[in-house]
Amino acid sequence: MTNRSFSDKDRWLLPEGIEEVLPQQAAHLERLRRDLLDLFHSWGYELVLPPLIEYLESLLIGTGDDLDVQTFKLIDQLTGRLMGVRADMTPQVARIDAHRLKREAPTRLCYMGTVLRTYPDGFARTRSPLQLGAELYGHAGIESDVEVLHLMVETLAVTGIKQVHIDLGHVGIFRALAHDAGLDDELEMALFDALQRKARAEIEELLDRTVLDEPQRRMLTALVDLNGGEEVLEEASVVFRGAGSRVLAALDNLRKIASEAARRMPSIPLHFDLAELRGYHYQTGVVYAAFVPGHGQEIARGGRYDDIGKVFGRARPATGFSTDLMTLISLSAQTPYQTRAILAPGDDDPALQNKVSELRGRGERVIHALPGAAGDVQEIGCDRMLERRDGQWTVVPL
Amino acid sequence: MTETLTIALSKGRIFKETLPLLAHAGIVPVDDPDTSRKLILDTNHPEIKLVIIRASDVPTYVEYGAADVGVAGKDVLMEHGGEGLYEPLDLKIARCKLMLAGPAAAKDGEARMRIATKYVATTRRYFAAQGKQVEIIKLYGSMELAPLVGLADLIVDLVDTGNTLRANGLAPLEHIADISSRLIVNKASMKMKHAPVKALIERIGEAVAAKDHTRG
Repeated sequence: MTNRSFSDKDRWLLPEGIEEVLPQQAAHLERLRRDLLDLFHSWGYELVLPPLIEYLESLLIGTGDDLDVQTFKLIDQLTGRLMGVRADMTPQVARIDAHRLKREAPTRLCYMGTVLRTYPDGFARTRSPLQLGAELYGHAGIESDVEVLHLMVETLAVTGIKQVHIDLGHVGIFRALAHDAGLDDELEMALFDALQRKARAEIEELLDRTVLDEPQRRMLTALVDLNGGEEVLEEASVVFRGAGSRVLAALDNLRKIASEAARRMPSIPLHFDLAELRGYHYQTGVVYAAFVPGHGQEIARGGRYDDIGKVFGRARPATGFSTDLMTLISLSAQTPYQTRAILAPGDDDPALQNKVSELRGRGERVIHALPGAAGDVQEIGCDRMLERRDGQWTVVPL
Repeated sequence: MTETLTIALSKGRIFKETLPLLAHAGIVPVDDPDTSRKLILDTNHPEIKLVIIRASDVPTYVEYGAADVGVAGKDVLMEHGGEGLYEPLDLKIARCKLMLAGPAAAKDGEARMRIATKYVATTRRYFAAQGKQVEIIKLYGSMELAPLVGLADLIVDLVDTGNTLRANGLAPLEHIADISSRLIVNKASMKMKHAPVKALIERIGEAVAAKDHTRG
């Protein structure tokens, strides 16, 4: 289908993957937005509002090619430089921490806003997710990882999503194995790609091209099978017994984070997958994602990505998570928002105006009747009205 | 609660060759897809269902979790991109080759070549890797006809015996990839239905190994 096949009659049509939100859902969304920002506030996460658009070089720091392809670009008429519409707010927030705030103490930031992507993504095929996330900068210990993971789980709880499963992995394990084995970049990326698909046949094929010794090869191949419940960590300590110190350190880091997470969130099932390397290009430590039954794709993700602020002059440990509020809304179990309003007649009696102000002050929704308006007042959500009884304006059922 | 498990298969060769593997895992369909009009087939396990769909739709069903597990040809996976899926097992069934084919005396001149294929993305990648720019004509079937009627210079298609090519005066020119069917798994199912899914992968893996052994 070419663009020419759209006629003026189709002018209402929105671009693919671009959505509008109608009153019922918008009300639900707004309530959730407020609840979530309150939650972040109560955990000490400060809200920042990064710009919608900025120069490309700063938007795409250290994040690999994927984000470059996902970013809409345009030329700044003032400078001739290339600008990008944000496709991910994480690098922007990292810049704010590294370049603007420059605090010594650990900094907790949160953000919420629409991002724009060139390709439709996920089950919803959206190109404009409503990204929501929290980041903790300046602390390298497992405590900050567990805090952010816990906040992600709380975020899902506030949205009313039940039966959340968490999948945990650690990019440090594969990265250290690849380094110890002396794989070149090209082979490392090919192996990474095959691991993401657990494509055992391809992994064997790729390793056939190398001259790795048997233990190294066995450890790299073992990653495909290291998934399941917490017994995986035990299996891993057997498999990686002879591995380098960095591999063991990464495994130990994952084990500590998992046991602390299990202690703090005993009701959340933890799944482990050591071949799951989400965001391998910029993640440096633990990585995790949330899943719910009946939904075939992850609904939130996070992990450690130290030193992302380096290009802005300040390398700091960093850990964070992000999600798409539009996806959460679609899975949220909350009852639809009910509008209940009071109809006020068109009357210039000052007593009526006072009554209306008083009701609105109490949180009631009061709508003035408009002379000659068509349609039913129920359509705008009125279930009661103001009526003068014995000289008093009183609320009566419609 | 027993968890449900949905397995996506395509009709024909893949279905027939997958049945023995499923049988080794103790899964036997109750309905026959050739006689039944049902799109969801029951099995001897009430919680396990088979969905019968077009081969090229299998990755989509599994990626989005409409099916937990599926069987798809490597050709379909290469075209789909294979992202967002696990493909833990090579089932070594429905084997063939993806090849570049054309008239035996095909010229490689200065003019841009026209390639007819069903595998648009794979073909573009293949030629780009060779530093060649080609025009790709998307067709849905009977590729062999395209060079004969001047629609294309060459074709990219699956080749089994090569008989259809020869019958039409064409010859295989370049080998692009070895194709066989893969067991594919939805990422979320692998995590949330871990025990049944992993057990299924293991059982089918055994069946593949046993068959390979007897053949070997």
